[in-house]
Amino acid sequence: MTSQPRSPEHEGLDDPLPTPSQTVGPFYGYALPFAGGGDVAPTGHPGAITVHGRVYDGAGQPIPDAMLEFWQPGPDGSRAGAPGSLRRDQFNGAIIGRTGLEFTGFGRVATDADGHYAVRTLPPGGAPYISVCVFARGLLHHLYTRVYLPELTDPATEPLLASLPPGRRATLLATPERDGIHRFDIRLQHDGIHEETVFLAFD
Amino acid sequence: MTTTPPAPPAQEVISAEIAQAHQAYAKAVQGGEAPRTHPDRAYPPYRSTVLRHPTRPPIAVPDPDAVELSGPVFGVTDVTDLDSDLTRRHTGEPLGERIRVTGRVLDRDGRPVRGQLVEIWQANASGRYAHQRDQHPAPLDPNFTGVGRCLTDDQGAYAFTTIKPGAYPWRNHDNAWRPAHIHFSLFGTAFTQRLVTQMYFPGDPLFAFDPIMQSVTDDAARSRLVAAYDHDLSTPEWSLGYRWDIILSGPAATWIEEGR
Repeated sequence: MTSQPRSPEHEGLDDPLPTPSQTVGPFYGYALPFAGGGDVAPTGHPGAITVHGRVYDGAGQPIPDAMLEFWQPGPDGSRAGAPGSLRRDQFNGAIIGRTGLEFTGFGRVATDADGHYAVRTLPPGGAPYISVCVFARGLLHHLYTRVYLPELTDPATEPLLASLPPGRRATLLATPERDGIHRFDIRLQHDGIHEETVFLAFD
Repeated sequence: MTTTPPAPPAQEVISAEIAQAHQAYAKAVQGGEAPRTHPDRAYPPYRSTVLRHPTRPPIAVPDPDAVELSGPVFGVTDVTDLDSDLTRRHTGEPLGERIRVTGRVLDRDGRPVRGQLVEIWQANASGRYAHQRDQHPAPLDPNFTGVGRCLTDDQGAYAFTTIKPGAYPWRNHDNAWRPAHIHFSLFGTAFTQRLVTQMYFPGDPLFAFDPIMQSVTDDAARSRLVAAYDHDLSTPEWSLGYRWDIILSGPAATWIEEGR
């Protein structure tokens, strides 16, 4: 393990204090989402899977102004990622899409008017889950969760899943709908009927 | 399910709730709780949090092999040279006070975050977003969209040229106005370091009235959301300079840095 040397400008700041989070608000829609943000898998890739679902609030209503980000290893298990998720035309700044050659591992999708999202990707290698970061108006600090793909894991032995009671565990497991299509809903708050999604902390 | 929306609460009601949350936080810290940088997701003065915060505590993931300890990367193909100058995106000059906003992105150990994506968005000088859902009667500026991005350099530095955004009204409560701010989205070397936040301008009289800013109940932490006016960054006859450093919380795998 090597640690990077501190740059001279930063000498003397031994205890950097973190910058607080603030909500993404309602108006990120023209800044952060980008065309093809959910198309992580190369176009036409035969191994592509789709994960889709809705984001709900504590009244059981779909959230139309949430944004989800996805991060995962490549099918080969690489966690290095690759640039080019937001590849742009150099002359007019328009999004021109991924090259389809590198697997960037990163996806970003805003929910639609019905709270729905979809991401098309390749199954991760070396880990049975896709990481998700949730942003929304009304959410002051983003939330992390994971989409566990049932075909890649045994919920009874996977340490995080096995540590949860069955009802809670189920919120992290994608439900196969048909070949290559998985359903994964996210519930920010228990609505009186449905279990609240399990969110994760890494500190 | 349709219900008649209740009359919006008065500023006095929101301000009393803000004061109450500050007092509760101060008491908790006095009682031995650790100071908290980030807002509590359950923060009733910001009404939209009520149905959008989890009621269960998050599950700690101590796994040193967690995928989240690595993160997405971006590069020269993801930004263009024009993206960091928000005043040069249209044929004419935007209206407003031209400003330069610069600072460094550092991780929680004080190390620069290099070559990572910084994204910003903001209202125009009149306090209007170029977003269809912002319909408040302030003029749009055909020469200003208010979206920018850049990559941090080897010192973790970012820089934008833009115009100072205006304050704008919102519907959280009666006579609610957001202090002028620029939205920032930041990546570290790990997905755990992800941060979306807002930068404010020093001396804004609206701070005390705004439940979003006041949701950071720690006074010192809240002050870290405010940029410093830096006269040395101002350019004669051209722009005013603001400096704002950003420190990302969250762990990162040190091994990942060796390969970058």
